[in-house]
Amino acid sequence: MALFKKIKFGHASDKNVDIPSGLWSKCENCKEIIYSKQLEENLKVCPKCRHHQRVSAKERVKQLIDEGTFEAESSKLMPLDFLNFPEYNEKIKKAQAATGLDDGICTGTGKIHGRPTALGVTDSFFMMGSMGSVVGEKLARIIELAIKKRLPVIIVSSSGGGARMHEGILSLMQMAKTSAALKKLSDAGLPYIAVLTDPTGGGVTASFGMLGDITIAEPNALICFAGPRVIEQTIKQKLPKGFQRSEFLKEHGFIDMVVERKDLKENLAKILKFFGN
Amino acid sequence: MSDFKLDFEKSIIELEKKIEELKKFTESREIDFSEEIKKLEIKSESMKREIYSKLSPWQRIQVAKNLLRPRTLDYIQKVFEDFIPLHGDRLFKDDTAVIGGLAFFEGAPVVVLGHQKGKDTKDHIFRNFGMANPEGYRKALRLIQMAERFNRPVISFVDTPGAYPGIGAEERGVAEAIAKNLKELSGVKTPIIVIVHGEGGSGGALGIAIGDRILMLENAVYSVISPEGCSAIIWKNASRAADASVVLKMTAQDLLELGVIDEIIKEPAGGAHRNHAEIIQTMKNVIRKSLKELVGLDKNELVARRYEKFRAMGKFLEIEG
Repeated sequence: MALFKKIKFGHASDKNVDIPSGLWSKCENCKEIIYSKQLEENLKVCPKCRHHQRVSAKERVKQLIDEGTFEAESSKLMPLDFLNFPEYNEKIKKAQAATGLDDGICTGTGKIHGRPTALGVTDSFFMMGSMGSVVGEKLARIIELAIKKRLPVIIVSSSGGGARMHEGILSLMQMAKTSAALKKLSDAGLPYIAVLTDPTGGGVTASFGMLGDITIAEPNALICFAGPRVIEQTIKQKLPKGFQRSEFLKEHGFIDMVVERKDLKENLAKILKFFGN
Repeated sequence: MSDFKLDFEKSIIELEKKIEELKKFTESREIDFSEEIKKLEIKSESMKREIYSKLSPWQRIQVAKNLLRPRTLDYIQKVFEDFIPLHGDRLFKDDTAVIGGLAFFEGAPVVVLGHQKGKDTKDHIFRNFGMANPEGYRKALRLIQMAERFNRPVISFVDTPGAYPGIGAEERGVAEAIAKNLKELSGVKTPIIVIVHGEGGSGGALGIAIGDRILMLENAVYSVISPEGCSAIIWKNASRAADASVVLKMTAQDLLELGVIDEIIKEPAGGAHRNHAEIIQTMKNVIRKSLKELVGLDKNELVARRYEKFRAMGKFLEIEG
């Protein structure tokens, strides 16, 4: 046993440094220490390495919708633990406290550079943004409202959890429900713009995630059906670098463009302008 | 019952053997045991019903995956006439895990399709264990859209552990293929009957399971995640899959109660694997009945009802105010 412990000296970007919470934060990618206020102003994108941190649904709404124009869809829906699934109730309560949301989604209408739109944003801080009955229902309602009001629909996905297993088969059926609502929107001649952010997986990718008339992704977002670990276990091989990231999906023809967060609102506004009234 | 065994069937199999022996004895020694045989057959019948009525979800999964159970191709060949298999998605390749084509049901033209699992090792590999790649979903959509154009009903058979989790499947957009099916099938203007007869494995099953009637065999299962996968997430290892199968509520009875399926198709005593002829006959009756209810319905009405059907699925608490 060593009598003296070796103290390692490092500089501020060393990954083992504890950061007092609040004032400063550390980029999870390049480990750079960033002044929190600066990170906030930079829309949670690291100024050094351009890594796009995850943002909550509420922050996303604020980033995209013109100030004072957002009107939340009025229904108040609460998730239910109808399967008595282990720890589901606790998880719901924790997530509600952490996000201030009833479930992992914000929906409503608002304006983007003056252009009206319906918007849905899932929240990865609420049980990985997974889709249970509430998320599916809220999306169906906002899409139906858009049809009624003749509005385009934008859905920003941040749902690594896919379909929420804690609600069993009814979660799976939310994929059918949201996709059918988007079919109605499409038949009504209204556009749907899908924005995929890190992470989007499973049943969310395989429903509203992949159904955009136009599909945008943020840089380097994980967008997949089967998760990388599941695939690695199946084929017993390491996956190639960049596999299932935004740029990979663009290369394979599944998304239209990779857009940095700072340019997202501007791009959406242009697209909305194209679709017009 | 060949070499495939389900442990809870032990007493059934023993009794079946005894009956078989008595029958042989009767033939060879010319002693009449027909009374005894009859009694034992009645006993065996009630024993099968008794055991099968009390199966746990985990045991039902074993029945659903059972190698002797009829596969999609068995149903297609025996329930329908003149099956003409069709191949390919016209984009990349033919997916051997999803079969489909033209057929006739009691003389009427229909489109049939479904996941196909293998019967032995070689066949398993050929069918990729019933796990479809994107091409399978695209082939299914091609066939269904053709059915729509020519006003033919569709019967879709579901039996898959899930969509294939492979590099190629991701590269070629399995998520897009499934999503597109969910969207398009919701609006197809021709009747679709879905029959979950074995495993309904998550999105891979749902991709061909949007329809006007969702029917499920008594011992089939249908779930958002495999019990092994669920157990690995909750309990950090896959060994409690049997517990997870209870929690997930994945049996036909569960799905009927949750409002996901319309009807449970009763299996022969002791499971569909015990009596193929009987389950084929049952299947004919069920399809005939469903077609009668759906064919002739106004197309817009049909699609509107299908929308409402899936629209109503989900459980949550709505707070008024």
